[in-house]
Amino acid sequence: MSQALALPTRKDEDFRYADLAALAPLWPVAVETIAVAAGESGHLALVLDGDQPVARELAIVLGQGASFDLRVLNAPSAYGRVAVRVELGQGASFTLGAAQLAGGEQVVEIVTDVLHAHPDAVSRQVVRSVAGGQATVNYLGKVRVAKGADGTDGVQSVRAMLLDRTATANAKPELEIFADDVKCAHGCAVGELDANGLFYMAQRGLPPAEAKKLMLQAFVAEAFAGAPDEDRLLAAALAALGRLV
Amino acid sequence: MLTISNLHATVADKPILKGLSLTINAGEVHAIMGPNGAGKSTLGYTLGGRPGYEVTGGSVEFLGQDLLALEPHERAAAGLFLGFQYPVEIPGVSFVQFLRESLNAQRASRDEAPLSGGEFLKLAREQAALLKMDMEMLKRPVNVGFSGGEKKRAEMVQMGILGPKLAILDETDSGLDIDALRIVGDGINSTMRKPDKAVLLITHYQRLLDYVKPDFVHVLAAGRIVKTGGPELALELEERGYEAVAA
Repeated sequence: MSQALALPTRKDEDFRYADLAALAPLWPVAVETIAVAAGESGHLALVLDGDQPVARELAIVLGQGASFDLRVLNAPSAYGRVAVRVELGQGASFTLGAAQLAGGEQVVEIVTDVLHAHPDAVSRQVVRSVAGGQATVNYLGKVRVAKGADGTDGVQSVRAMLLDRTATANAKPELEIFADDVKCAHGCAVGELDANGLFYMAQRGLPPAEAKKLMLQAFVAEAFAGAPDEDRLLAAALAALGRLV
Repeated sequence: MLTISNLHATVADKPILKGLSLTINAGEVHAIMGPNGAGKSTLGYTLGGRPGYEVTGGSVEFLGQDLLALEPHERAAAGLFLGFQYPVEIPGVSFVQFLRESLNAQRASRDEAPLSGGEFLKLAREQAALLKMDMEMLKRPVNVGFSGGEKKRAEMVQMGILGPKLAILDETDSGLDIDALRIVGDGINSTMRKPDKAVLLITHYQRLLDYVKPDFVHVLAAGRIVKTGGPELALELEERGYEAVAA
């Protein structure tokens, strides 16, 4: 987990779409290590909704049969980056549910590297991103399955919603598989709010901003379904959405 | 209540409504019938303010206001309800939340106090019962997984909850079996057959009009009203067809 001290450049794949100017004063980013012992479970909810640029880097190591539930609301009103490296032991389970919200000229991003090092581990990643204005939302997600890690089950579900045609979403789910018996799936979609739905809601009396908020709330809620502190995350997401639409 | 004068409207630059005039007074039920492509749904969408339906001429006055100057949500708050031919599914948003926020947004724009959760649920329960709809269905996401008939019934429940002055119901009868047609007809009568309310039914068929008796029947063809009569006109259309009657 050692990190080069030099500021990364765009040639570094993990920083290809990053806001390097905003990252510079935060560099180097201290790695926060989380180890979950065999058979144990843990959870963490990161709510990034302040007004300063922020970069976090987590290194999570899960022992045999351990599980970890990570939820992220990446919605500061400046640059926001969350990088997560996970190494799963045999039969371990990792869940990531992340919502990203960005407006103005902001860049927010989530970068994951999930290593199925041993057999029969499960990883689930659900990422929902919303970008308005000239903002950029990124998801760079790698799932690596080591040789011999048979019985791996890895899923990445990545969706982004663009509120304006000037906004950008970059999504790059990646699979690197060196085992034979694995089940890995990834789905990725970038879209806009359903215009028919918005008119339907307006026709019932909802002002456009309220209608958008309701739809987006349902969209980001998918990232927090089943979280230990689902209500708190949803409330924070709703507040952040209010600033966006 | 509603005065449409010489209305012209285009969809994707194609003229659909070509000088349509129609007056609806409070307490009246009107039916518009007409062949496919006559502009019936376009009329509903244009009055509702759907993006892409561009008014190129004429005027519409609704309860003393210039309807066309209002945004879609303002038209709803002014008392206009459009029952959709194809109600839209909104995943992840429950009917209860959607309708309560919609109703309270309408009330706020009329300077009325919002309904509390309890007050709203009572109203929703009453209206669902009227349409013989299980209240549990209203806790589900808007129209998701509903059959065609259930969607139409849910439209009428929404109408009952929102309490509009004028309801424009676009083929509310399509997709309904005989029993559901009667239930929907009863729902329209009990919600909208009042001295201060009015209904515009857009339909292909006479059968809904057996349950909701219209005061006036209009034939819409090629973007204009070409004939107006009483309920007997619908029967004549059913018997002889649009071409013979409207010619």
